[in-house]
Amino acid sequence: MSKLNGTSRRQVLRGTLAGAAVSVGLPILDCMLNSNGDAFADTGAPIPVRFGTWFWGLGFGEGQWTPKEAGANYTLPGVLEPLTPLKKKFNFFTGAEVFLEGKANETHFTGAQGLMTGRVGTAREYSGSLDTLISEVIGTRTRFRSIEVTCNGDPKSGWSAPKDSERQLAEVSPLALYTRVFGPEFKDPNAAEFTPDPAVMVRRSALSAVTDRRTSLMTEVGAEDKAKLDAYFTSVRALEQKLDAQLRKPDPLLACSRPNEPKKDEKQALTIVGDAMERHDLFTGVLVHALACGQTNVINLCITDGMSGLRQEGETDSHHTLTHEESIDPALGYQKRCAAFQNAYMNGLLRFASALDAVKEGDKTLLDRMLVFAFTDHGAPRLHSVRNMPIITFGSANGKMKTGLHVPRPSDAVTRVGLTVQQIMGVPTSSWGVGANRVTSPISEVIA
Amino acid sequence: MRVRMRKVARRFLLAHAGLLLSASVSFAADASHPTSLRLNPSQYHQIIADTFGTSITVNGRFEPELREEGMEAIGAARASFSPAGIERYDDLARGIAEQVVDEAHRGILVQCKPQAATSRDDACARTFIGRTAPQLYRRPLKNGELETLVKVAGDSADTLHDFYAGLSTSLVNMLISPDFLFKYRKVEADPAHPSHLRLDGYSKATALSFFLWNSGPDELLLKAAQDGELHTKTGLQRQVDRMVSSPSLEVGVRAFFADMLGFSDFEIVSKDPAFFPRFTNRVKDDAKEQTLLTIVDHLIARQGDYRDLFTTPNTFMTRSLATLYGVALADKSDNGQPMHWQPYAFKDGDPRAGLLSQISFVALHSPAGRTSPTGRGKALREFILCQTVPAPPGNVDFKFVQDTSNPVYKTARDRLTAHRSEAMCAGCHKITDPIGLALEKFDSAGAYRTKENGVDIDTTGELSGKQFDGPAGLARVIRDEPAVTSCVARRAFAFGTGHFPPKGDEWSGIERKFADSKYKFPELLRQIAMSDLLFDVSQEEATAKAQ
Repeated sequence: MSKLNGTSRRQVLRGTLAGAAVSVGLPILDCMLNSNGDAFADTGAPIPVRFGTWFWGLGFGEGQWTPKEAGANYTLPGVLEPLTPLKKKFNFFTGAEVFLEGKANETHFTGAQGLMTGRVGTAREYSGSLDTLISEVIGTRTRFRSIEVTCNGDPKSGWSAPKDSERQLAEVSPLALYTRVFGPEFKDPNAAEFTPDPAVMVRRSALSAVTDRRTSLMTEVGAEDKAKLDAYFTSVRALEQKLDAQLRKPDPLLACSRPNEPKKDEKQALTIVGDAMERHDLFTGVLVHALACGQTNVINLCITDGMSGLRQEGETDSHHTLTHEESIDPALGYQKRCAAFQNAYMNGLLRFASALDAVKEGDKTLLDRMLVFAFTDHGAPRLHSVRNMPIITFGSANGKMKTGLHVPRPSDAVTRVGLTVQQIMGVPTSSWGVGANRVTSPISEVIA
Repeated sequence: MRVRMRKVARRFLLAHAGLLLSASVSFAADASHPTSLRLNPSQYHQIIADTFGTSITVNGRFEPELREEGMEAIGAARASFSPAGIERYDDLARGIAEQVVDEAHRGILVQCKPQAATSRDDACARTFIGRTAPQLYRRPLKNGELETLVKVAGDSADTLHDFYAGLSTSLVNMLISPDFLFKYRKVEADPAHPSHLRLDGYSKATALSFFLWNSGPDELLLKAAQDGELHTKTGLQRQVDRMVSSPSLEVGVRAFFADMLGFSDFEIVSKDPAFFPRFTNRVKDDAKEQTLLTIVDHLIARQGDYRDLFTTPNTFMTRSLATLYGVALADKSDNGQPMHWQPYAFKDGDPRAGLLSQISFVALHSPAGRTSPTGRGKALREFILCQTVPAPPGNVDFKFVQDTSNPVYKTARDRLTAHRSEAMCAGCHKITDPIGLALEKFDSAGAYRTKENGVDIDTTGELSGKQFDGPAGLARVIRDEPAVTSCVARRAFAFGTGHFPPKGDEWSGIERKFADSKYKFPELLRQIAMSDLLFDVSQEEATAKAQ
């Protein structure tokens, strides 16, 4: 244990937690990691494992994108060629499906619902998404329990929903996200001094007057209102958590730096795929720094809603329209104009993953310490099929997941991928899903 | 024309009137079983304006509204707050509270001066909170509530050495409180019918106020609640008459139609400037406002027949809109200001008449690059007629669908006709496309055109056995559809309650009186407000009470 003038670093940190508006100086040590590089040498706290989802609409179409070989030695299909530079750092799951069991296949919704919540139902029944199950494990001590963004300007197009609550509002502006995370309330974890903000202390203290209403309100309302109040008070708890994080001296994160401030958004709603991907890159820049700076451990990025209205510049037909109306090129075996969108998305995914991989944390990269779950709404969007849903996972969750594999799961439930991801991320569960989509065992071949 | 500045002072005066409702009103916990609705963004804005005046700006984003069964008001009954959402409401609240206590506003909005600006002053805090919290909570404060909020203000002032910062902290607490963000309904035993439950007076006042004014109750309405006036037919009549004739009715009518017509989706409407350079952000804002002005003018100022909204040539125009509509607009403004709403009437025989031909309808329900007759037809069925168009089935083969470069199928009608040759598609498309195709002479941005790909656009069609040609013909047929009036009536009820009215004699009577009034919309609102249905205690409330 390093000593600072006879006082342990831990004692100093503990002092700041209990203290009021005091200023404490802490030198940044040359190496703050232990010999394994997986924990802070000083506090013993493990470097956090992070989780992200990345959604693109309208899948891969009906081309031959399922690799023939399983395991590590597979040939990347054309649609995944953009990901070649990081082939060893992702897994490609194919063949799994969402079982409808006679329920309606709500187009551009049901597939994603099955993947993210393990159930098939109405929009009203969309809740408890994968990311929120994981954030309950890894997101309770960060300033933001999770951060949601969407690149097309529609704040309703994200897929993150806490239990007993509707889908969360997604941020539509990279500048607004930057201001929210790196604005005046941001505390640099590597700053030499840490001073708890008295204004934040006051806000945190005052919130107890709000949470104190819980008991009396719960006795006054019926069952439906109780559920809504539960969701409300859970959210207030998340706000308390955010303020707690701001009052706590953060563990130093050597990879943390403040990103460049994104340019001002000219408009909210975007309809050109190039514009949306440009916004995607701006979001990526802020999100990577937010993760590296310990502001959150869970992020959700969405390009568009499933029924994507994005177009190529100068064209009137949207991607969604094209999936239904463009003929399959007999020579190529797929819809050529649709493939241009898929290519744009996969190039975006490469930039996203590469940005995470460029952040070094000890002997690993941020991507290595992360698990990104990339998913879509349809296996074959032209037919609204929810079979053969392509899923891509990036990163190894700090060595807990094998990577570089093609994992064919023909006729399996997509929820098995979700259960595997949850278990790797530390969610204490042995099963997941509802009805035919319920699974009780993970895909062991990808667990390291 | 009744373009009115938002009334600043109505409930602001309340703040100065020293209203701290008597705590002697019974609030027995065992008599309270709320069924809550989440406050929506327009209500939030309105309450802040009513409470603190329009110089306090509400900056930031709200949790998205959920649209269920065609109405966000129905979605509000299920909606709660996500973690990201509550963070935004905290930001909104802090932004408002900082303004209320800043040096520019504190002299007006804080009714007393602290003994020292750098320390707590519980008496002054009590004055401010005692007047503000009942307005925000829409009821008198219960035992202990006032002191809790005063303590928050005082403790914060001690820590921050700033009385006003302490007051601001307390106000933030009120603005993120469930008592403010949810509209509760509380039931109590009905003394006239001991075996029955009824809403308490403040719940009735709140229901009336949000239904008719889209805001919280004013001083007189809270007083009526306190005095039990709303439990008597005469007293209720007095309040309803006052509210329906109030200028604030316009606020409620605008909010209702913005919900019914799906105007929150304007946030995500975008047109390709390469194809539609005249569809600017200003046009987008003006298009929405144009329709709301048309509605308010027709339904309130002119006391017109609701059905005539679909055929009326009367509207309002700005120069930005005139460019897209392709009409000449004389600049009548005195000082050359370009943003000046002017009354405008389309001439007889013009394809534009009524709401369906306005940009707010035809552009809102079109994709960015081209029109969608199916989308417009579906919107008309769902938003105007309250009909449900089934979602497209899975596993559709779209091989005949539109290929805009196909030399055979040059117009949307050609392409959709080919698509309808598929039996599995025909069922839905035959109920959406004929009415959507009647609007095809309005392009995706709403501008008028006569040809697509060089071919004349055919806008003939048929609805309910009636033939029509073009949007004006469609509008006349729509005007006489019985579903038009029953739809708006049912949706108006849902706007006030979060659910559709139950079938039965009482509802039938309300629709009949609406018809007897020649479909005067304020009369519909009056009938709903006076009915027992608005205050009906739900099964859940009764069950909760029984438990």
